[in-house]
Amino acid sequence: MKLRTFPQGVFLSPAKELTAHRSIVEIGSPPKVVLPLWQHTGAPLEPLVKRGDVVKKGQKVADVEAFIAAPLHASISGKVTAIEEWWHPSMGKFRAIVIENDGQEEVERREPLPKDIENLDSLFLRKWIREGGMVGLGGAAFPTHVKVSPPAGKIIDTVILNGAECEPYLTCDHRVMVERPDTVLLGLRILVRACGAKRAYIGIEENKEECLTLFAKLVKYMSIPTEVVPLATKYPQGSEKQIILAILGREVPPGGLPLDVGVVVNNVQTASAIGRMAEEGMPLVERVITVSGECIQTPGNLEVPLGTVLEGIVAFCGGFVKTPQKIIMGGPMTGIAQSSLQVPVIKGTSGFLFFSRPYEKKEYPCIRCGRCVDGCPMFLLPYHLARLAEFQAFLEAEEHRVLDCMECGVCSYVCPAGIPLTQFIKLAKAEIIRRKKGGVTR
Amino acid sequence: MEDIFLPAIIMGILGLGFGLTLAWLAKKFAVEENPLVQKILDLLPGANCGACGYPGCVGLAEKIATQEAPMNACPVGGPKTWAEIARLLGNHEEFRFESKKAVLVCQGGKGVAQEIASYRGVKNCRAYKLLGVSARVCRYGCIGLGTCEEVCPFSAITMDRESGLPVISPEKCTGCGKCVTECPQGVLVLVPDREQVLVACVSKESGKVVRQACLRGCIKCQLCVKTCPEKAIRFEKEIIHIDQEKCTLCGLCVEKCPTHCLVRIFEESSVSPVSEAQVEVK
Repeated sequence: MKLRTFPQGVFLSPAKELTAHRSIVEIGSPPKVVLPLWQHTGAPLEPLVKRGDVVKKGQKVADVEAFIAAPLHASISGKVTAIEEWWHPSMGKFRAIVIENDGQEEVERREPLPKDIENLDSLFLRKWIREGGMVGLGGAAFPTHVKVSPPAGKIIDTVILNGAECEPYLTCDHRVMVERPDTVLLGLRILVRACGAKRAYIGIEENKEECLTLFAKLVKYMSIPTEVVPLATKYPQGSEKQIILAILGREVPPGGLPLDVGVVVNNVQTASAIGRMAEEGMPLVERVITVSGECIQTPGNLEVPLGTVLEGIVAFCGGFVKTPQKIIMGGPMTGIAQSSLQVPVIKGTSGFLFFSRPYEKKEYPCIRCGRCVDGCPMFLLPYHLARLAEFQAFLEAEEHRVLDCMECGVCSYVCPAGIPLTQFIKLAKAEIIRRKKGGVTR
Repeated sequence: MEDIFLPAIIMGILGLGFGLTLAWLAKKFAVEENPLVQKILDLLPGANCGACGYPGCVGLAEKIATQEAPMNACPVGGPKTWAEIARLLGNHEEFRFESKKAVLVCQGGKGVAQEIASYRGVKNCRAYKLLGVSARVCRYGCIGLGTCEEVCPFSAITMDRESGLPVISPEKCTGCGKCVTECPQGVLVLVPDREQVLVACVSKESGKVVRQACLRGCIKCQLCVKTCPEKAIRFEKEIIHIDQEKCTLCGLCVEKCPTHCLVRIFEESSVSPVSEAQVEVK
């Protein structure tokens, strides 16, 4: 079996054995959920409910008119007790709808989608996806309906389902593929129909053998030509541009989108959520996350309602065996460090990791060994960009294509001198964008 | 010998012709130059630093001459330069000179603001801010990584090792505002250089949260609002505002504030360069 991959990148220890064999466990309705009004890439939402309202599970509670946004639905039935600032995993704090569980388990469902998806109108499907609040569940949380709506003049010919899950520790996509292959494939059919593509690929890293054999069997019954592609286990294989390059050999132009090469990439869990909505009529109100790391009593893959507070998840997993020194939302490479157990699960949460040791690399001066250059999957010069950012030479950094960086973290990981290269590059990107906007300071 | 006369005469006539044409053209297309520009330029520091936001000192002088820029636009020259320019322009009556200084409106240093995590990474407040999460309970206060110290062109800011907060030297600060625009938290503000009372906390959190977050934060008790005999203090949009026009510097609010987040600044500035400049102008 020939493995496809992209040039450069880095081989990481997958560290998935903690949770890869554990099946998905539903944690049930928590006593309280906190739904931040910003869970996706795009415009923040406006609440449609007010304090004191009684909401049902699946009821739309927030929306906004903007195109790049996805509505939000109540994940439990209960009473809205507050709309206030709450801990947010990536924004510090943000306005959120707090719903207290009333134990009634009342549910608001939509009509299940008809079985003959191939005869449905693609415009109807895009709207249906938006109303379901679907966003990319891989981590970036980009609204799915935007992805499958090609602008005039652009044609999408291929849908890629991303089952690479290249981040170490995370296994939620793996488990979804093993346990819910039917909903994944149903979701894929809906996605293909919604964007008008002709064929589909499912890219899976070769360390998930059971998924590869399972899907290789199942795709034979698909109504559209679908191919399962084994990918090399290399980081960042699950990045959009890298997976397109590996599977199709097409290169997304700098600053461009996969749309520019006629491709839409979706996470397998997104497809699974769409498939479930088609079958059960329930919008995106829960997702599968991985809880892992050496500090947690029972690591596992959990199906949690959106808005569940981390404290409750830790308690469900049996608490800590060691005091965690570092808590990360997402994978260890691109995840965000957390400073509070009060953060809720949002749509982009792929997991929580609890480590007993803090990051302890001592920083030394750069010796220009070039490891970051060899590793960078975007062919940038991280050491040089970091230096430019450090000395505020942002214009020059822009000339050296700093904006192409996707912040995968490979450069920081491989740096033997322990320089936080990715953070420097992140700073340069933010400063360039700030200056373009006319020096808005905050 | 006589061969020389003809060319000499021709050249002479040509020269005269060109000379007269040039003289006429110079008159006809003369550019009116404001003599003020040169005079103002002589008064400006001539460093061409661009701190005023105009292209060098000439650019600023032109704008001041056409009254498009205020007379105190040059932050480096300070009140003395402004006074001289005002005297030159002769309209000092309309203008009240006030030099501005940057001040820190946060007292949440080490041991004062509650820390919940430690930060390792790029020593730059803006880079820290991009992470989204905060290592302290308070996400409004000073981060303390010293970006202001780095950007200050006049070395007026030093980071205090013990508190981890920037200390601004009023003597060196020219009020250029560079630190104010670079600070991601907005805890540096430009204020007039005279004695005044300020709220040294920008947190918009409720009193309960602030109490957990910081020993010197504004807990929204509004005791100062009730205390002020001049009704100069009001509570609006989750923040205490002090009306500096009404404030008589009686100091009652500073005494009453339970968390000492009201502070009196520039106390000994009674003989500040500002008042000197005013005297000189009048």
